[in-house]
This record gives sequence, C-alpha cells and structure tokens, in this order.
Amino acid sequence: MNNTGMLKRVLEKGAFAVTAECGPPKGSDPGVVLKKADMLRGSIDAVNVTDNQTAIVRMSSLAACVLLKEAGLDPVLQMVMRDRNRIALQSDVLGASALGINNILCLSGDHQSFGNQGQALGVFDIDSTQFIQVIRDMRDKGVILGGESLSEPVKAFIGAAANPFADPPEFRIVRLAKKIAAGADFIQTQCIYNLERFERWFEMAKDRGLTEKVAILGGVTPLKSAGMARYMKNRVAGMDIPDKIIRRMDGVPKDRQKEEGLKICVETIERLKELEGVRGVHIMAIEWEDIVGQIVERAGLLPRPACGKD
Amino acid sequence: MITAEQKPIEEIRAMMAPYKRVLALGCASCVAECAAGGEKETAMLASVLRMADKMNGEERMIKEMTLERQCVNEFVLQLDRVIEEYDAILSLACGAGVQAVAEMYDDMPVIPALNTEFIGETKERGLWVENCLGCGDCMLFDFGGICPLARCSKHLLNGPCGGSVDGKCEVNPDIPCAWQLIIDRLAKFDALERLEKIYPPKDWSKKQGGGPRKIVREDQQK
Repeated sequence: MNNTGMLKRVLEKGAFAVTAECGPPKGSDPGVVLKKADMLRGSIDAVNVTDNQTAIVRMSSLAACVLLKEAGLDPVLQMVMRDRNRIALQSDVLGASALGINNILCLSGDHQSFGNQGQALGVFDIDSTQFIQVIRDMRDKGVILGGESLSEPVKAFIGAAANPFADPPEFRIVRLAKKIAAGADFIQTQCIYNLERFERWFEMAKDRGLTEKVAILGGVTPLKSAGMARYMKNRVAGMDIPDKIIRRMDGVPKDRQKEEGLKICVETIERLKELEGVRGVHIMAIEWEDIVGQIVERAGLLPRPACGKD
Repeated sequence: MITAEQKPIEEIRAMMAPYKRVLALGCASCVAECAAGGEKETAMLASVLRMADKMNGEERMIKEMTLERQCVNEFVLQLDRVIEEYDAILSLACGAGVQAVAEMYDDMPVIPALNTEFIGETKERGLWVENCLGCGDCMLFDFGGICPLARCSKHLLNGPCGGSVDGKCEVNPDIPCAWQLIIDRLAKFDALERLEKIYPPKDWSKKQGGGPRKIVREDQQK
C-alpha cells in the first residue's frame, strides 16, 4: 500500500482519528467548498465528501475533493453504486488517484426515489462490497475487474460504511466481515445515538476479530433540535434514536436545544474514546460544518496529531 | 408470467384518433391471468371506447377478437382472415405480442393498449409482484429461492444495506427487505453459510450486454 494521506498516517500512528463530513453545494460555486475547508482545517484529519447524498444532485464529490485537497485537507471521496456502472466507477478511481485523492469510501447509496431525480435509472451494477474488492485489486494487483493490467496501480485507502443499527442484527457482523475480507481498511459507522446497541455490535465485531483487521470510526451527528431528532428517528431508515435522547432534547427550551445536541454529541465521542478498539470518530454535522471545530475541542481531541503534511 | 396494466383511456384514444376501423385484439395468456388483456378485458375496453366515441360524436368501428397467444406466430396468423376489415389493431398483449403482430402485418398500425410491467407472480387476487429480472443466469439456489436482484431495490448480491429495518426496505415500508427474507429462509435449512462468501459482480452481459437476446435451439428447429 503506497497511500500517504493524513487519515492513514494518523491511524497508523495509533492516534484517535477525527473525520468530518462535508456536503458539496447544489451549485457550481467553489467558494462554498472552500469556506467549509476553512471551517474544518486544523480540527480534523480527513474530510468525507458526500456523493449526491439522498439522491439530490450536487457538485460532484470528486471535484469537491480536489478543491478541498488544494485547500490543504485530506479528502475522503465517497462513491455510491447508484449512479455509475463498473466502467465509470473504475475510471473515476483512476482519476481520483491521478488527482492525489488518497481515500475512497464505498457505499451503496441512498435510493434514487428519495431525491430530486425520482425518474432516474438506479444503476447498482456492482455493490459496495464488490467495489471495495475492485479498488483493492486496482491498488494491490494493479488490475481492473476482469484482470487487465493498469499502466500504474492506484493509491487508495479504502473505506466502507457499517450500520450497527440496521437489521438483522447478527447479520450486520457478517456483512462487516465481508467488507473487511473484500479489502476495507477503515469503517465509518452510521450515527450513534444508542450507545448500548453500538457497544453490543462492537463487541460482536471484536469477538470475530474484526476490530483488529480494520479501523472502526464511530459516526456522530449533532442534533440541532428535538424536531430534528424526531424527524431522523421516524424518517431516516436505519437510524436508531432512543426515546431518552428525544426526551432529553425536549426537556430544554428551544433556544438551548442546539447546545443540548452538542452536549450529547460530545458525550458520545467521550464514550467512544474510552471504548477499547474504537479508532476514531466521524462527525457528520449536516449543513453545520462550522460547529465541528467546537465539538472536536470540547471532546478533548485538539490539537490534532502532527503527522506531516500532504 | 408477464404482467401488464391497461393504459389510460385518453392515451389510447389519442393514439386511435386517426383510425376508423379498429380491431381490439386480446391475448388469452399472461395478460389474461393478470386481468389486463384477456377476452374479458378486451370486451370491456372495446365497449368503453365505443361509448367514448359515441359521447364525442366520433364515427369509428371497433370490433374485438382474442388470440390464444399474440407472441406466437402460428396464433397471430389467424388474423389473416380478418385483417382486411381494419385500418389499425389495438393490441392488449404485452410488448412482445404487440411486436409480433406488427412484424407479421408490417403495413398495419398497431396500438399498444397496455403498459407491460414485469415477470411476476400472482400473489393473491388482485395482487401481482415482481420477482424475476430475467437475468439469464439464475442464482436462486444461492439465495434460498428469493432473488436479490429482482427483489432488493439496490440489486445487492452482498446485502442487506443499512436501510433494512424490521424486515422492511428503506425505499418503502410496503416492500419486504429481500435480504431479510433470504436470511430467514436460509436459516430454516441451515444454509446461512452461503452468505459468508463474497458474491462477485453480476455478469450482466447475459441479460443485456450483447444487445437483444435470442435463444436458438437446433433440436427444436428440425
């Protein structure tokens, strides 16, 4: 593996990694992305760039990754299986590597029926597990799907998602194991609000020896309001927000709910830091990137380890 | 079976507008089973169209006929003796039937009365569900008789995705998660280990990679 990104270096050093999510704009202005880069710089080790998340058309993840890279961050290129077939996916992996993008997160993708292009054809030519394997072979064997050689292998630190809160619970571990066997180097999980359930899942992963093979970063999303908590609980598939969290948000006046949401988020990170084997946190502050610095600071994760420059 | 549903009457009437002598042609096979284009539905559609013509003061002859199968030439040939009477055929067959008729009578306009939907199963009275993509390389053994390509909204061969909750698909709670069904079923005959392996990318060339598919059986051609 010849990847040199910050995320990989921090994990190899054994430090508790911090990644954050950056949603590209619904427009062509690079300034929006650069502004988010300014908000995040210094607080995180790598930034995930979503790929037309919730099936809404946005600036391409690859383009936004390049902007963030030029702004001095280590981007994680998110790639979903919904919009591109294996030809386009492999081509973009080559392009990303040529542009110096170090990390790729492989995802199935939100179904096209959720977004603003409901009439789109969902491609789903290959699935995320297969894609992990494809990238690994492009990196380690220097071949594309089918075995033809590349003139130059790709550099990639390969990520995958895991949802500890989806069903069926026992099978989530099997799927995680498959993604690791396929070649995942790191895992970023769905947002954690139900820590007990997360810990049960993590224990199962540990029992199977998976936490030694892969770096698992726990996902968190700060809640802005009780309304947001309820919306996510009821409307976002695979999201587990316990009633006690909703009661806690409801228990403070509206103008203090943001602060309560931050507290919950920081407490969750502190618990993750104590959980042996959890290798970092992935902060998904949805259209609230300017709060990430504060969360990282309050969680005692500053300064970020010095691991050289990209 | 191939399932289909009737198009809206106004859409059918718009396509029929230029023609004065129309044969409503049913098909007694799949589309009869799914109550879209059999003899009964053909009679019903023809009378609705005649009524609409009358109400709109339009002059048009509409007669009915139902073939056993519109997608098999030897049945389509039965039209030879009546085709002269008409200037258009309104076909209540699936897309294959419509095209078989069009190919046989190449100067005759053929109007599709149905939207062809999917290969499916009659689940109960009035309920048809899609469960086969016709991929050309059946994997139903591996998945316990439940096809993840046809029944998982994301065609996952290594599912389930993170949107599977309480056995339902994230796309719509009316859709059972195919992967939950697969896991439950394989567990019943102790075959869950089939899901431990990574299934490789699907060979879609068997479905559409070589353009329109055909089956040639020399043993049947003699």
